[in-house]
Amino acid sequence: MTENHHHQIKQSSSTKRIAVKVDDLTVAYNYKPVLWDIDLEIPEGVLMAIVGPNGAGKSTLIKSILGILKPLAGSIRIYNKPYSKQRALVAYVPQKGSVDWDFPTTALDVVTMGTYGSLGWIKRPRQRHKKAALEALEKVGMLPFKNRQISQLSGGQQQRIFLARALVQNASIYFMDEPFQGVDATTEIAIINILKELRKANKTVIVVHHDLQTVPEYFDWVTFLNVKKIATGPVKDIFNDDNLTKTYGINYKVSVQE
Amino acid sequence: MSSAQLEIQIIASLVAIACAIPGTFLVLRKMAMISDAISHSILPGIVVGFFITQDLNSPLLILLAAVTGVITVVLVEYIQKTGLVKEDTAIGLVFPILFSIGVILIAKNANDVHLDIDAVLLGELAFSPFNRFVITGVDLGPKSLWVIGTIVLITVGLLIAFFKELKVSTFDAGLAASLGFSPMLLHYGLMTVSSVTTVGSFDAVGAILVVALMIAPAATAYLLTTNLKKMLIYAVCFGVFSAISGYWLAHGLDASISGSITTVLGFVFLLVYLIAPHRGIIAVLYREKQQRIEVSLLVFLLHLSNHNEKEERHVKHLNEHINWQKVQSKTVLDLALKNNMIEINEHIVSLTKKGEAFTKQAISYIVTNEDSEIEHIKEDFFLFRG
Repeated sequence: MTENHHHQIKQSSSTKRIAVKVDDLTVAYNYKPVLWDIDLEIPEGVLMAIVGPNGAGKSTLIKSILGILKPLAGSIRIYNKPYSKQRALVAYVPQKGSVDWDFPTTALDVVTMGTYGSLGWIKRPRQRHKKAALEALEKVGMLPFKNRQISQLSGGQQQRIFLARALVQNASIYFMDEPFQGVDATTEIAIINILKELRKANKTVIVVHHDLQTVPEYFDWVTFLNVKKIATGPVKDIFNDDNLTKTYGINYKVSVQE
Repeated sequence: MSSAQLEIQIIASLVAIACAIPGTFLVLRKMAMISDAISHSILPGIVVGFFITQDLNSPLLILLAAVTGVITVVLVEYIQKTGLVKEDTAIGLVFPILFSIGVILIAKNANDVHLDIDAVLLGELAFSPFNRFVITGVDLGPKSLWVIGTIVLITVGLLIAFFKELKVSTFDAGLAASLGFSPMLLHYGLMTVSSVTTVGSFDAVGAILVVALMIAPAATAYLLTTNLKKMLIYAVCFGVFSAISGYWLAHGLDASISGSITTVLGFVFLLVYLIAPHRGIIAVLYREKQQRIEVSLLVFLLHLSNHNEKEERHVKHLNEHINWQKVQSKTVLDLALKNNMIEINEHIVSLTKKGEAFTKQAISYIVTNEDSEIEHIKEDFFLFRG
């Protein structure tokens, strides 16, 4: 990244609040570092893709920010406060493969789980929580399937259920782990539309993303990650062959759409 | 029915309830083997507790043994985390060692304590009414009734209070963690309840039946419902039913009560496994047969829509063209006729309008994998379900 680029990013982000700030984050599995000294500032209202090769620590980064993994070192701030104080502001869409879809529950019930955070311990979801869950199902076009057992849904439908579950949390920051992985065209369009709606509402969305071709089309901000942070900033400024090569190690070329 | 008989059945039913609740979550978390480990490895805890208290129903003994149960889980997880062995191996390493320590402790002190391995493994439900809970000369019923009654009350209370938390952390631990419901805390809570239940039920029904009562009712219920609350209720019902009918089976055969209850549990599972409406063997076999026929139907319809030549559509030669057995061709032809998808004029088969529309839709579904278009076909045909 050139000096000039640095300057531009600083300027554009200084006008906005910082939604997520990661300082000196190091995460290790069995003392083998997966993320190495990551510093990251994510401005409010961006649609950000995290890209990098397999094993680059993309999911680990998200999980560490969300307190699911305990980092070896470093600190995480969500709107300048620790995550444990800001849970209500954050929603999470895990990888679809991370749960057992044979679990005895329905689509509506899974989406209702999104309201549990605002309820806290012991209290049960009430009628209005159920109503919010139904609205979220409607948004992702899954209302007709509300009483379907979750194993009876297609992969794309399951992904939309996960998305609805995050929407019902009515958060300010959304973390999504490979939401486009193995979904059909309808679901991909549904996800894109929701991402755009979220951006319109000035929400911050952070997406672990695999398909480099679609980065310029879907996102306005990007972070290159490969154990260390390679670069972060606006797609139009830093999504180039230079950073791709640095991240993926080989001479990478992607035709960036103007 | 004597009062002792009634008491035995009440105790057995309460044990079944206390076991079915944590058992349901263990089955859903794919941790059924952990209950086996706990039920064996609490033996040293029971023995040491018995040396101290001289009473198998003492709360201190239950506490000590429950701690051993939780230690088992911690040890298993610790060994597993080293990455050298898998979970099942870790379980297989931990519980026989702890169990055998208990066995040696009993053998070394067998002369002066009333505790033997048979009783530990199989329990002695028939004797439970003899050990009474007496306060200032008033008989308040069998001690084990009080012990297991208390455990049931606590377990049901915890279940009602933390149902939502248990559900979300069992289904999606990552989400639970991000929402602030520590999966670790819930995991060890569940392990503690499982350990306490195991110890409390142990005296009455023994180590082997405790495992059966935890796993079998939950596994049976799992085959019948897609709703967690119903699964819990069904599991409790299956447990209680097996406990009571097992008691009467033992009565009729003059056999071990715990053995009879376990046998009934096994038979109930087998029966449900065969006849459960969606996941049962018979239903699955029937569905697979239907799917085979429907795929054949689709191949047949596609053949008709692709070929205008008369010789390709002659009713007598169809099976040659598609290379099928006569029986299969007949089944498919009948199915297509029954659904008004084909008509036969002078031995020449052709698609009706309905048949054409169906073929088009089905093919477009297979090509695009677009679910919404064929929701109504799904009702009629198994092929497009799941």
